[in-house]
Amino acid sequence: METLNEKKLGFGEAISRIGLPTVIIGIFWIFILIVGVCFGIPLDALISDTIKRAGMNGILVLAMVPSIQSGTGPNFALPVGIVCGLLGIVCAIEFGFTGWGWILVAVLIGVVLAIVIGYLYGKLLNAVKGSEMTIATYTGFSIVAFMCLLWLMLPFQNKQIRWMMGTGLRETIQLDAVGGAQLLNNFGLFNIGGELVNGAYVGGITIPTGLLLVFFIFCLGIWLFFKSKIGIAISSGGINPGFARSAGLNIDRGRVIANVISTVLAAVGIIVYSQSYGYAQLYTAPLTMAFAAVAAILIGGATAQRAKVSHVIIGVFLFQGLLTTAMPVANEIFKGTDLSETLRAVIQNGVILYALTQVKGGGK
Amino acid sequence: MNKTTVRLQDKSKTINWVTDNIVTIIFILFTVFGFIVSQGIDINFFLTDLSERFFRNAFLVLSLIIPVIAGLGLNFGIVIGAMSGQIAIAIVRYFELGGVGGLMLCFLIALPISALFGLLTGLLYNKTKGQEMIASLMAGFFANGWYQLLFLYVVGGIIKVPANHPMIKPDGIGIRMSIDLGTVDKGGLKDSLNSIWEMPFMWAVLIVAATILAIIGIKYILDRKKNRKITKFQNIMSIINMSVCVIMIGISVFAIATNSKLMNIKEIPVITALLIIALCVFTELIMKTKLGQDFKSVGQNQHIAEVSGINVDRTRIIAVIMSTVFAAWGMIIYVQDMGTLNTYNAHTNIGLFSVASILVGGASTSKASIKHAIFGVILFNSMFIMSPEIGASVFGSPLLGEYFRTFMVYGVIGVALGLYAWKGNKKGKLTLENMEQ
Repeated sequence: METLNEKKLGFGEAISRIGLPTVIIGIFWIFILIVGVCFGIPLDALISDTIKRAGMNGILVLAMVPSIQSGTGPNFALPVGIVCGLLGIVCAIEFGFTGWGWILVAVLIGVVLAIVIGYLYGKLLNAVKGSEMTIATYTGFSIVAFMCLLWLMLPFQNKQIRWMMGTGLRETIQLDAVGGAQLLNNFGLFNIGGELVNGAYVGGITIPTGLLLVFFIFCLGIWLFFKSKIGIAISSGGINPGFARSAGLNIDRGRVIANVISTVLAAVGIIVYSQSYGYAQLYTAPLTMAFAAVAAILIGGATAQRAKVSHVIIGVFLFQGLLTTAMPVANEIFKGTDLSETLRAVIQNGVILYALTQVKGGGK
Repeated sequence: MNKTTVRLQDKSKTINWVTDNIVTIIFILFTVFGFIVSQGIDINFFLTDLSERFFRNAFLVLSLIIPVIAGLGLNFGIVIGAMSGQIAIAIVRYFELGGVGGLMLCFLIALPISALFGLLTGLLYNKTKGQEMIASLMAGFFANGWYQLLFLYVVGGIIKVPANHPMIKPDGIGIRMSIDLGTVDKGGLKDSLNSIWEMPFMWAVLIVAATILAIIGIKYILDRKKNRKITKFQNIMSIINMSVCVIMIGISVFAIATNSKLMNIKEIPVITALLIIALCVFTELIMKTKLGQDFKSVGQNQHIAEVSGINVDRTRIIAVIMSTVFAAWGMIIYVQDMGTLNTYNAHTNIGLFSVASILVGGASTSKASIKHAIFGVILFNSMFIMSPEIGASVFGSPLLGEYFRTFMVYGVIGVALGLYAWKGNKKGKLTLENMEQ
């Protein structure tokens, strides 16, 4: 809707409405796409990859919405939920489930754990009001380091997940061994314009229906939640705590609920992510996952204080689109190097820094 | 006032003291525990390792003090300073300059680079008031991206360099993962500062202990002369300190006289030690100047400082610039001690470990002193040396010790910052309730 009014507004005003990061990243993406097409990189493969990666990361980004809306800022402690999900994955394998049973049990265990841990995490955030973001970051880091200990010590017996010798779990766990790899992706998968060769599509745009369906169902759920009475109470607590308190709302409770939801989404998100990736990554892999998710929602137009589901969808497609496109293009320009990680560090952290400069208040 | 109230006060004071220093206490207990469970850890090995690590890291940790006093919190942005230091080293090594002269050149080149980056980060912190710590963390990650871009692609890609240079990757683009600094007698940088003048460890202990003893003694006499009030607590502390010094002197004299095993501990680098002392003295002295007072008042209350005519933003920027420059120099000291520059990894953990060190020493977001830094470096690195031992003897796997160490580092920062915020909120609530009554 905003684009329609663009002509009437000044140029600067239009940009500030859409959000500077969104505009810059959007233009940058289009620019790289054009460069990529000039280099002869197949466009359909890029689009397929973008859709797949957006669906993969979508729920992790969605986890930012409740925490931002409740006023605790972006959930930098996303790894808290992620390790719950990972624990769900390995437990489900340990108990011998495969296929759809595996994913359901993994989600179930992950969610139950996430509710408990998320509740405690929410309580922690209420105790440290004012420094949520820093504390959240270190809570996330600490829990990843703590889980490194647990991954090594937990007495798992299943040969598919543990090291050949000694105790402890492997660093990456192959999910196709339990029939879990691309389970959601392949549900109702179809292709436009490509042809089927030996059971795999060549060319054309592949749509992982199941993956996108799950992502959009969760988006819808969160959108509906913030239309409900309790959802509105939580977001008004985030906008103006003083006003909400005088209206008789329990802000602290709202913050806890929001962070439980955020942690649960992170747990589900990593399961969806892992099945699409085909591997579950344990140990230090979740350490920096929060930053990518925070950057994605900010690129979508959210701020550290306000976020909508639409920001998630725009942001995750834009950010993942940029990353997928930039990789082959950069490899074309700088032959034999891998620029993508560097580029990601600059864009991702630059966007978060920009958002931090927009946080109002502060200072003693 | 009767005796019971005094005693009650004493008791609540002790509880307060414990909660204030909980992180330090956990660390001390942990290290002692390590000594108990890891039977037969060689004291020589331990002290050699500790003294090496101390002289490597102390300068970096000291660079954190000024921003804390100026109210910026713990400056994770010292990674940016560390990167500037590494850029300077890379430049000097590229032209194959070495020795003390080459090292001086490193310090000189690092100064403008780090000052510029300090200015930029300072401007950033002024835009993110109240969120400086997370901003500094993100700024470090952000700068790391640019640093990689510079060293991996711009060098060789845009700045033309000969592909056969030992620092450059074989394909002519980018700097290698690790750069050998070359030994100092062959015109390299390794130990160029350390090797100027070395002193046996025990002699150094003797000198330091004697100096501290003398300082405490003089202070005591001066206090007596001026009839200053000395609390009982201070009295006990100075007696403890003095007796520790005397014991240290005794041990070192005994070791030197009998030429015992303790004399085999690696010699300490005197010039590095002097530089560390110089930074301590500088930090102390600057607090006595107008600028130092400005730091303090800005740190206490920005509004009051603004009203009393201090340019708050400018003062904060100066504090950040100082911190960044010292961090750059600290990194140069660190790298010349290591002997090789891990181009893409050396700096990443510097911010983390330095912040953890000073927190372990008893500092917090709003208070930090030289004592915290020095004590913290010693304690933190003791834990660092001990944790693989603990891992091996308690869990039967040194790898677990490594992971445990990482957990301790993150955990310490999290707990220290969390406790500080929690206490601050509790205090805030109390004053609010009092006002309402």
